[in-house]
Amino acid sequence: MATLEIKDLHVSVVSEDAPKEILKGVDLTIKAGETHAIMGPNGSGKSTLSYAIAGHPKYTITSGTVTLDGEDVLEMSVDERARAGLFLAMQYPVEVPGVSMSNFLRTAATAVRGEAPALRHWVKEVKGAMSELDIDPAFAERSVNEGFSGGEKKRHEILQLGLLQPKVAILDETDSGLDVDALRVVSEGVNRYKASGEVGVMLITHYTRILKYIQPDFVHVFANGRIVESGGRELADVLESEGYVKYTGKTEAAALS
Amino acid sequence: MAALSTQPHSHGAVVPVTSRAEHFTSYDVDAFEVPGGREEIWRFTPLKRLAGLHSGAAATGSAAVEVNAASGVTVETVGRDDDRLGKAGVPGDRVAAQAYSSFENATIVTLPGDAKSEPTTVTVTGAGVGAVAYGHIQVKASQFAEGTVILDFRGSGAYADNVEFLVADGAHLTVITIHDWADDAVHVSQHHVKLGRDATIKHTVVTLGGDVVRVTPVVQYAGRGGDAELFGLYFADAGQHQEHRPFIDHAQANCRSNVVYKGALQGEGAHAVWIGDVLIRVAAEGTETFELNRNLILTDGARADSVPNLEIETGEIEGAGHASATGRFDDEQLFYLQARGIPEEQARRLVVRGFFQELIAKIAVPEVRERLEAAIEAELEAVGA
Repeated sequence: MATLEIKDLHVSVVSEDAPKEILKGVDLTIKAGETHAIMGPNGSGKSTLSYAIAGHPKYTITSGTVTLDGEDVLEMSVDERARAGLFLAMQYPVEVPGVSMSNFLRTAATAVRGEAPALRHWVKEVKGAMSELDIDPAFAERSVNEGFSGGEKKRHEILQLGLLQPKVAILDETDSGLDVDALRVVSEGVNRYKASGEVGVMLITHYTRILKYIQPDFVHVFANGRIVESGGRELADVLESEGYVKYTGKTEAAALS
Repeated sequence: MAALSTQPHSHGAVVPVTSRAEHFTSYDVDAFEVPGGREEIWRFTPLKRLAGLHSGAAATGSAAVEVNAASGVTVETVGRDDDRLGKAGVPGDRVAAQAYSSFENATIVTLPGDAKSEPTTVTVTGAGVGAVAYGHIQVKASQFAEGTVILDFRGSGAYADNVEFLVADGAHLTVITIHDWADDAVHVSQHHVKLGRDATIKHTVVTLGGDVVRVTPVVQYAGRGGDAELFGLYFADAGQHQEHRPFIDHAQANCRSNVVYKGALQGEGAHAVWIGDVLIRVAAEGTETFELNRNLILTDGARADSVPNLEIETGEIEGAGHASATGRFDDEQLFYLQARGIPEEQARRLVVRGFFQELIAKIAVPEVRERLEAAIEAELEAVGA
């Protein structure tokens, strides 16, 4: 039973002069089988939370703990975190010129699984996973994310999610910039992953529309660097009709889809 | 290139102070002043490390030239008075003129006309530690010839040479020059390419080893429809100086050129210099040219100078452009790969290999491609990158 436990997490980013605190005490526990939607206005720190958990060097943890099944995540390097079973589907996947998608996927799978997947099965597995996400097989020979459209990048993030089978997946605004068809395809990919085992999902989003496809068990409102309210699915409906104004004092719709 | 935090070279599209057209050339070494280091064409070169190649050092040995010729390809060793020599171009600096004035024997490799030849390899081994040698090689691709010549420089010592590539009308020549010298070696080389009508050359320079390597490939067109592709791939380690100075002289109409040089640098005092000159003369209407240089700095203490110069004397061209960027290793790429479980060291290698991939993929000889891939691995191994 995988459990990701975040306790009183404070995170700063080094800006031009002084470090700036972005996360101001985040508490959240995600257990296997649970999907937590983190919703909040722009600039509330949602993405920072995801990057800090993944170990991006730009962010400094000033206090608090993050554990995965009791193991101290913050002590691990970025790649160790991934091998321990954390996965971050990024909002802006990075282009890596000259490295083919197929080489990248195989290298990642080898690292995460601890051994190189048998070639014959692997080829079949990747082909199948790509076709489920409506990805043209030609992408396998293209450089990682290079020249991909926003939707193509997101599909490839979910492709990696399916192949790497983490214990806990953090999806950082995977829905942003997707058209209706792509949103459906990507959501189905996430749902297949959820159905594949005892896994936890942290679904970070600005809009409620993806929650029509991916059922959250919990909804948390994120504002000013912390979780300010938690509830069930119904909280998303409230956000949809009322927006984040209650939490920010500003008018910002939660459902501009 | 996302691999680089792109910094455009500091001075935009430059018209140099003196036109490239006015650069002095001569076969006679005494026609050149001994450079002092301030001259535009020498200012990046560490003259003190040239073992006197620039200041009149006499030959104290000779480099061994060994040719593994493909069937149909002829190889001749000729004296310096052979009147076929020197036809592809005139030495453009004092070291090239010194080499031209000093070599004893030249090697002429001729690809048969109207035929396709397998790759021919010319291996040049330096005269040894402390020795000075001069050389001359001419590669001739006869009319409608098609083939590949690999020049493989290795060993020790100081060596200066001129390498001529005479590509006759309608011929297609592929050249791969590999500078895989020992740590002490100094090599100053001018390549002279002369392209006939509708002739093409794919010219790749690979620089890995040596203390100082300075290569000046010059391309001239003798007729319309010529096409030159110049690729360069270099990897400078601590203390190494690697200088590449391609010059494309467009003097004929409807010719094309494309220059892509990419280098990685690591270690204290690693220095790469790239001076890319393109001149489009009045007569060269319909020219299409692009030149690009990218440097990937892997560690502190390494330095890359990159200067593209583009001179255009006619507006009637298809297109002309240049780009240059020198950047550090992109941490975002590293983060992305690591976030997928790939250990840092392996992720770095993936990124550097990816950086060179575009050029390595263009090398059509599998053995050479494999050798380069292995060499890049070994370089990365050495620094623990």
